[in-house]
Amino acid sequence: MQTSSPRTDRTGRGANAASRPARRYQYSAYLYILPALLIYGAFMLFPLGRAVHLSFFEWDGLTLGTFIGFENYLDIVADEQLRAAFVHALVLMFFFAILPVCIGLVLAALLTRAKVRGLPLFRTVVFLPQVIAMVVVAVTWRQIYAPDGLLNSALRAVGLDAVTRSWLGDYDIALPAVGLIGTWVCTGLVTVLLMAGMAKIPVEQYESARLDGAGPIREFFSITVPSVRAETTVALTLTLIASLKTFDLIYMTTRGGPGYSTTVPSYEVYRRAFELGQVGSAAAVGVTITVIIFIISLIVNRLGERSSA
Amino acid sequence: MRISPFERFANYAILIIVALVVLTPVATILVTAFGPASASDARVSMWHPENFQAAWVEGRFGQYMATSVLVAVIVVTLTVVLSSLSGYAFGTMRFPGSTPLFYLFLLGIMVPAEVIVVPLFYDLRDIGLVDTIWAVALPQVAQSVAFGTYWMRTYFRGVNRSMIEAAKLDGASSRRILWSVLLPMGRPALTTMTVLVFMWTWNEFLIPLIMSPSGQFRTAPLGLAFFQGQYTQGTALLAAGAILVALPVVLLYIFLQRHFIKGMLEGAVKE
Repeated sequence: MQTSSPRTDRTGRGANAASRPARRYQYSAYLYILPALLIYGAFMLFPLGRAVHLSFFEWDGLTLGTFIGFENYLDIVADEQLRAAFVHALVLMFFFAILPVCIGLVLAALLTRAKVRGLPLFRTVVFLPQVIAMVVVAVTWRQIYAPDGLLNSALRAVGLDAVTRSWLGDYDIALPAVGLIGTWVCTGLVTVLLMAGMAKIPVEQYESARLDGAGPIREFFSITVPSVRAETTVALTLTLIASLKTFDLIYMTTRGGPGYSTTVPSYEVYRRAFELGQVGSAAAVGVTITVIIFIISLIVNRLGERSSA
Repeated sequence: MRISPFERFANYAILIIVALVVLTPVATILVTAFGPASASDARVSMWHPENFQAAWVEGRFGQYMATSVLVAVIVVTLTVVLSSLSGYAFGTMRFPGSTPLFYLFLLGIMVPAEVIVVPLFYDLRDIGLVDTIWAVALPQVAQSVAFGTYWMRTYFRGVNRSMIEAAKLDGASSRRILWSVLLPMGRPALTTMTVLVFMWTWNEFLIPLIMSPSGQFRTAPLGLAFFQGQYTQGTALLAAGAILVALPVVLLYIFLQRHFIKGMLEGAVKE
């Protein structure tokens, strides 16, 4: 982090105290902030408050709503579909966050230590999925997963006809199949982030480890992985949050199907609010997603602070 | 450090395998897009660049891309202007309540579109704003301004304070300091922010889906979604449409990939 905390800033400014009065407030600051705050307040803070408000009502979006207290929230535990959606989110977290971080750690470790050519090109390539619209990613992978798509053709070509199937149409396979798309998208970001962290590890650490007789695997676990703890936590936050916001991917690949086998919280928000007319319930699910994102960010911030202290 | 030939070979092997895994889906969509759209086309030739023109017309991508450009221009312009102003105040001025106000903006970086879009739709419907360009653009401005304020505050805090002091001694007003000193110097920070906000806006799906139910202000990603719904058979045209949607950001990425990667990583580390 480059930013200094407000506290150190205040003391640091003491050096300039001679040239400017120390305690004069610049009230014009409010005028600079006002335009941003107006749009931000109207289109972010106000709807956020309204979402919390709506989540306590049973409302179909047309007639008058009924206040039902925490019932919409209790439904998240009680309603089988909603519960399933949150369980699916956990499964996707594995594919969007845990798997990319594991792959990224190994990849970044190899690439940082290796003096291979073409590393910048490689970095550009692995990061590419991150900039392609999720809709386009979804269209692409639907074609790969299609019954006569690339994956099945490849399996047939090597004689594994028994394994071929409609990957997105299979109750048990559809969710991991969608998850692997997430792995494809997220691994590049994680790898590049970890490479940046590993580039800062002093070479002497590895040299002394080698002198102590450590092999590459010992080195990986006792030097490389602990040194990039801050980067790992950042990568985890970003990808965990990404896994909770998988709406476009689900909308474009499976629409939550087959059955409800791939429905996720963000898709339930859409379905409940705009297809089923359960606006209050949709708001409650939305608020829950937001709370989970806050908690993840908070935990990771704590971990980050501890590792930098 | 010395690396054995075996290790070197293994490294190249891994690089190539990973690159292949990443690029195979990209290649698949390219091959499909240039491939024959029907069995009768297949008899003529295997190379069909006219698919793009067909998709452009049949999928109405011309219209959707125009909407996307309009939305992107509104969101990027407003975000850059508003965030520069607010970031300037947070980064260089002292005023009561600056810390809580700043945390209020920070909150917006974490709030997902899923939660705001439900009440926004019903409230904007009641005041007749749904199905306007503003219903599509302004919620995205709000999201981007949260990030932009944070981003620009970081830049303004990093500026050497003696620059500002010197300008002040020369009698420059705070508006002039921002406009003639700090913003010209901050071009890298501004470029990175512009690039990121453009990408997020161009690729956004949920907000335009909900906020323009009639489809009058359908952006390119939505156009692709509806195209997929209509043409379940025509994979070649669908692939061509997908490439049209992805192309502006991918081209920008290839030209400005340093800004992209740096921006994504810095934004990530600072979040």
